[in-house]
Amino acid sequence: MNHRYVVIASRLIVVVAVLCATTSLAVAQTRAYRAPRTPDGQPDLQGFWTNTTYTPLQRPKEVTKELYTREEALEILKTAAALESEQTEPGTIPDVHYDFTQFGLDRNQGGLALNLRTSLIFDPANGQLPPMTEEGQKRNAARAEARKRMGGPTDAAQNQSLSVRCILMDRAGPPMLPGAYNNNYQIIQGPGYVMILVEMIHEPRIVPLDGRPHLPPHVRSLTGNSIGRWEGETLVVETTNFTDKTAFQGSSENMRLTERFTRVAEDRIDYKFTIDDPATWTRPWSAELPMQKTIGPIFEHACHEGNRGLSNTLAGARLEDKKRAEAAAGKSSQ
Amino acid sequence: MLDRFARSLTRVAAIAAVLLTATAAVGQTTYKAPRTSDGKPNLNGIWQALNEAYWDIEAHAAAPSSVPALGAAGAIPPGQGIVEGGLLPYLPAAAEQKKKNFENRLTLDPETKCYLPGVPRANYMPYPFQIIQTPKYIMMVYTFARAVRTIYMDDHQEAPADSWMGWSNGRWENETLVVDTTGFNGMAWLDRAGNFHSEALHVVERFTATGPDHLLYEATIEDKNVFSRPWKISMPIYRRMEKNAQILDFRCVEFAEDLIYGHLRKQPGN
Repeated sequence: MNHRYVVIASRLIVVVAVLCATTSLAVAQTRAYRAPRTPDGQPDLQGFWTNTTYTPLQRPKEVTKELYTREEALEILKTAAALESEQTEPGTIPDVHYDFTQFGLDRNQGGLALNLRTSLIFDPANGQLPPMTEEGQKRNAARAEARKRMGGPTDAAQNQSLSVRCILMDRAGPPMLPGAYNNNYQIIQGPGYVMILVEMIHEPRIVPLDGRPHLPPHVRSLTGNSIGRWEGETLVVETTNFTDKTAFQGSSENMRLTERFTRVAEDRIDYKFTIDDPATWTRPWSAELPMQKTIGPIFEHACHEGNRGLSNTLAGARLEDKKRAEAAAGKSSQ
Repeated sequence: MLDRFARSLTRVAAIAAVLLTATAAVGQTTYKAPRTSDGKPNLNGIWQALNEAYWDIEAHAAAPSSVPALGAAGAIPPGQGIVEGGLLPYLPAAAEQKKKNFENRLTLDPETKCYLPGVPRANYMPYPFQIIQTPKYIMMVYTFARAVRTIYMDDHQEAPADSWMGWSNGRWENETLVVDTTGFNGMAWLDRAGNFHSEALHVVERFTATGPDHLLYEATIEDKNVFSRPWKISMPIYRRMEKNAQILDFRCVEFAEDLIYGHLRKQPGN
């Protein structure tokens, strides 16, 4: 256990607890906060935000309630932060790969909002994904089969996940969910547009607000096609035109995503999303998590350009192939 | 009579000279762009260069494709270039490097690998880009590789680290957005012909609206490791007028994977 990390962690938790005077999203929403306006009259969401969290998407099996008490939530945060710091003992291989103190990969270092929810999913009320339809199960089984037919994960670059290939980090979305690092966003608002710069693999989300239709149904992309509108204080973004490869939690390409951004305090945006995909789940489901104000700037994340890991993994596998072939040849010549 | 004619001619010439000087001083245009809410020229929109500089920023004749299978469809179109004075002032060693880059462009050009295009190259690639303008930050979102530049209008600072797209500090000079960019990693190229720069690159760009749907783009390029003196490019940039114009998703990594990793694919029988 490295004591320095624990000291840092506990100090940050104090900061976080002070920052987040509101104790839950539900409470925060009842406060009569009205966001400042941009010159063209939109509620102002501009700034740097983070949605870092230790809260899981689905409720852990042993937890039976929807909300923790403040004390419980703080304790969980403290334990999770300590565990995360602890995993990089100086001089060990994980410490070389991910030096958390150097790169800020330790989630609590950047500050995070205290969230009383026991899961990000709040609908269904049990905090779990709804049951998958038979069609959804078949599709995901077929996807697994297709992956198997492609061969082993180190046989070719294309056999690796989209994340490893730096094409789309699996949680960067949309919907925008946090991972262990790079959970930062910059929002700017120009006339007729909201622009969300997602730090993870420098993903620009340009959301037009002019009520235009979605792209034709055969023009699809991994992150879909997003169209926004204001409903009072809330930015509502509808995204369709996903691909079969998007497969968010096993979704189909016809998934319809609705995101709702509401600034509920000077330093906080309430981010909610609903997934409607009858080809995959028996009912729509929804989740929410806070976006906490943070500091900028967001630096360039040139993931693909620096992707030595993938080259090295494949090169290592080919070296193993060669060794095996040589060993086999040696045996047969004996 | 003749005297009076001469006098009035002199007067006309004097007025014309004043007018010409005034025109030159505001960047070769007297057009005044519509204003944003904070009173700055409104450069918001979807824009695209329309020239052959993405093949070669220097003036060049037509040439065959380096991929014979593409035939005439892949041929290099002739272009007059965007470099003022025509040719780049390479230092001798850099001129050699440029030649090598050109000969090996199929494997060396960062564009073929879907790497971030850098500056100024991003501005004359054959894809649209969008300017989203706010008082403190201006973002330029490019179609190619989904590259993004943030131009810091307020909190100017030195580049915290090197990057592909560099670190851009911006300011307004009357009608012109002036962007000063440094902090490059030196790995980007300037075009498909192997023109290149080092990490010492310093680009000063000037974006000036010359009409409702046109920008004049000018950039001064300085790189003491590669060029003997600063040089300048300039070109018009056009507004994409389609009603539904938008930056579509050109996520090109997967188009480059066979090129980058193909030699590491498992061979049958192994």
